[in-house]
Amino acid sequence: MAEANQTVSRDVVVIGAGPAGMAAALTAHEQGAQVLLIERDIGLGGILPQCIHNGFGAITFGQDLPGPEYAHRYAERIQAEGIEVWLDTAVVDLSADLVIHATSPKRGYTRIQARAIVLAMGCRERTRAQIQIPGTRAAGIYTAGTVQRLINIEGYMPVKRALVLGSGDIGMIMARRMTIEGATVLGVAELQPTLTGLRRNYVQCLVDYDIPLMLSTTVTAIHGRNRVEGVETAQVDDAGKPIPGSERAITCDSLVLSVGLIPENELSQQAGVEINPITGGPYIDSRHATNVPGIFAAGNVTTIFDLVDFVSQAGERAGRSAAAYVAASDTSAATTGTTVKLKPGRNIRSVVPNTLCLDDEHLQVALRPAAHLEGSAKVEFEHEGTGVLRFHERYARPAEMIVRELKAKQIEQLKAAAAGDATVEIHLS
Amino acid sequence: MSNKRYDIAIVGAGVVGCAIARELARYDHQVVVLERESDVGMGQSGSNSAIIHSGHDPAPGSAKAALNVAGNRMWPDVCSELDIPFSPTGALIVATTADEESRLEPLMENGRANGVEGLEIVGTQQVLERAPAIAGGVRAALITPTAGVIDAFQAVLGLAENAAAAGVEFRFNESVTALETDGDGVAIHSSGGTIRARWCINVAGVHSDEIMHMAGSHPEFEITARRGEYFVFDGAWQPTDTVLFPMPGPAGKGILVTPTTHGNVMVGPNAEEIPEKDDTAVSRAGLSSVLEGAKRLVPTLDPRRVIATFAGVRSTGNYMPDGKRDFLIERDSVAPWLINVAGIESPGFTSAPAVATHVVDILREAGEQLRTRDDFNPTRRRPPRFRNLSHAERAELVAQNPAYGRIVCRCEQVTEGEVLAAIHAPIPARTYDAIKRRTWLGTGRCQGSFDYPRTLEILARETGHSMTEISKRGPGSVFLYARTKEAVVDETGGLDG
Repeated sequence: MAEANQTVSRDVVVIGAGPAGMAAALTAHEQGAQVLLIERDIGLGGILPQCIHNGFGAITFGQDLPGPEYAHRYAERIQAEGIEVWLDTAVVDLSADLVIHATSPKRGYTRIQARAIVLAMGCRERTRAQIQIPGTRAAGIYTAGTVQRLINIEGYMPVKRALVLGSGDIGMIMARRMTIEGATVLGVAELQPTLTGLRRNYVQCLVDYDIPLMLSTTVTAIHGRNRVEGVETAQVDDAGKPIPGSERAITCDSLVLSVGLIPENELSQQAGVEINPITGGPYIDSRHATNVPGIFAAGNVTTIFDLVDFVSQAGERAGRSAAAYVAASDTSAATTGTTVKLKPGRNIRSVVPNTLCLDDEHLQVALRPAAHLEGSAKVEFEHEGTGVLRFHERYARPAEMIVRELKAKQIEQLKAAAAGDATVEIHLS
Repeated sequence: MSNKRYDIAIVGAGVVGCAIARELARYDHQVVVLERESDVGMGQSGSNSAIIHSGHDPAPGSAKAALNVAGNRMWPDVCSELDIPFSPTGALIVATTADEESRLEPLMENGRANGVEGLEIVGTQQVLERAPAIAGGVRAALITPTAGVIDAFQAVLGLAENAAAAGVEFRFNESVTALETDGDGVAIHSSGGTIRARWCINVAGVHSDEIMHMAGSHPEFEITARRGEYFVFDGAWQPTDTVLFPMPGPAGKGILVTPTTHGNVMVGPNAEEIPEKDDTAVSRAGLSSVLEGAKRLVPTLDPRRVIATFAGVRSTGNYMPDGKRDFLIERDSVAPWLINVAGIESPGFTSAPAVATHVVDILREAGEQLRTRDDFNPTRRRPPRFRNLSHAERAELVAQNPAYGRIVCRCEQVTEGEVLAAIHAPIPARTYDAIKRRTWLGTGRCQGSFDYPRTLEILARETGHSMTEISKRGPGSVFLYARTKEAVVDETGGLDG
């Protein structure tokens, strides 16, 4: 039975048991830290258990796995290692002095003093409110992730006849999933003139199931007092504004939204973690340290990744850094040694991490292109106008993050050209 | 259930209907409230500016003026008795042109004639001190210190719960279809059957004209629904802690900028006559007119900080004694068992408690014997709100009742304990929106994406229904059609056109 106001202490507390949090907990544990993994759901895996499609694990396991299987492999290891896990427990308060307040029906309301914290809360979906679709507030307007949970976890069909808005990956995957479960999916409307999700999902989810993709199209009204009875779509111009006269009435009982993901950082902000307005996630260094000493962040809480494998890798790095931070006698700063700052330049929307610790052996950068470049694409790191290092990609698309491991030689080049907290701009051409 | 007899039947569970129900709960009468929707406060009472007006602008001598000022004085006590969030913010009526400035003095005199206290006209500098975000061109403003903001839905719910706890019966999803004189009373036919009462009080909002017409009365009276659209802003944007009005015009009080009791700022409403009385859809054109209007008061208003939009309808009647539109509150001359409370547009919410005592006076004048019950308890408390408690209080609450330890809505930090309290309250929440209105669940950044499945599950479990029966707002608004692997068939065919 719960006791009022109990306090416990742990070395490393990981908040969120999705792919980033599970990897962070395992790695910190392997490094000898006493780890507590906190998860608000009743099982491990975060969003993965509801992602029953494949496409997970090519890098981590060399296999094409469905989401639940990918999660299960980590969950089994966490159990085998005897890592302490609190399920059905929500963190409701986080402070800069590493004090967490968590609540659960079983354990009660608990104060936890951590020595290091890994933020792994993931992300949430953008909603109708953020894109301001006019119309009624009838039942039948869902985010794609909610439909995914209702069908794949709860086992209920929330739609018969749906239009999907947004060609993000979850939107396309759910267009296929709803079709397989017997619903009519009228199409996937996309505001942009190009697809926003991965091309393989377009082929496997839309083309293979005869689901039309309607580019440069948005939803301009929702009708129906009780349940959605229809929506109005319109073509949009180059500025994304609806073109008068292009409106079209569509009869449907559901509108499924896949209009983007936002890192979930309300707790981070409570603790004073500084947020990058472009990614919506904390500014981090290559050790995943935030500006608050002892608080690290990994996975979709920092920026939205395309592939779960990269999220797990980020979790491992953050878990290792958190354990090292606890082990070190000087706990004032995690960012040490020779560093260089990274800044997005031409045709780059965002870069993670924001600072590289050049004394480390393994450094990875994740870039989100801001432009479409087919044929070939050059990524160039520049310091005060001079090229420091470059690499080539076969193409660059906003939908596909460029993730690169820097070679020892490249790290040396950076050190030689731009050491001492200099800023390096990354350009794409 | 049919043919049940009551002393008094109230048609409509908006703020006025619930205020009357609560007032009547003090006496020894059998009272029933018939509501066509699935919950209280689902019409205009739940979707408005949530302002307790001072009473500065209605025409002196009108029912609006008298009831507004009386209601304004009653609400603070009602709020403390019923645990309704209320904030005495005061208001500024802002003049930005020389013409508007010249109308401030007559407006203040109008308010004084109505008995409004504390009115004062201040110049640019004092306006900017009170509301620094206000437009640079401001010339002067009328201050009305007795204005305030209220949690509109909690107000309706507080009145209704207090009435229900004292024995008033509430019947939801019952739409009145016919009224028939029956002895010295009335037979009320509704979608839920027939009940009989000695009195019928018509507080049906935008449909109050239809109720009169069913009784064969006031064929000339007509309600026009006027829709008003609103924006709600992110709580981080706090341009004002007092209500900001433009100068009133023929269309009403105009587009205002107001703090809410939830800590957000709200702007609106416009005023658009709509043919379909219950049409609360928001439109692109309407919303942009609201933004433009509000920017005249607060130019720094940033549409990117909008977190929600909504629309409400006002019931504007055509009862115009002395050429001025007024509330129609009377014992009906054709159907003697009928009391009409109609055309209750702004300042109707503010007037509600005073309208309720006025209706009791009408009953007394008609010879009705009302004996005070000595067991009436005028207080009601809201269940605990986890988020607003200190760490020590939360720990104690969760230790006492572990359901308060499970977060159902992460953005607003609403717990299962709060959801259960809403489901098992005197006016039980039976739909998703009913829980949302009571707990504020699903109103945050994720707009319910996270809590939907959990809330549906709790509602189904607690009410003994299946998940496929749980609805958003009542009949016809279910979320889930069937279990997967059961047939879900769309027989509509392909894409239209």
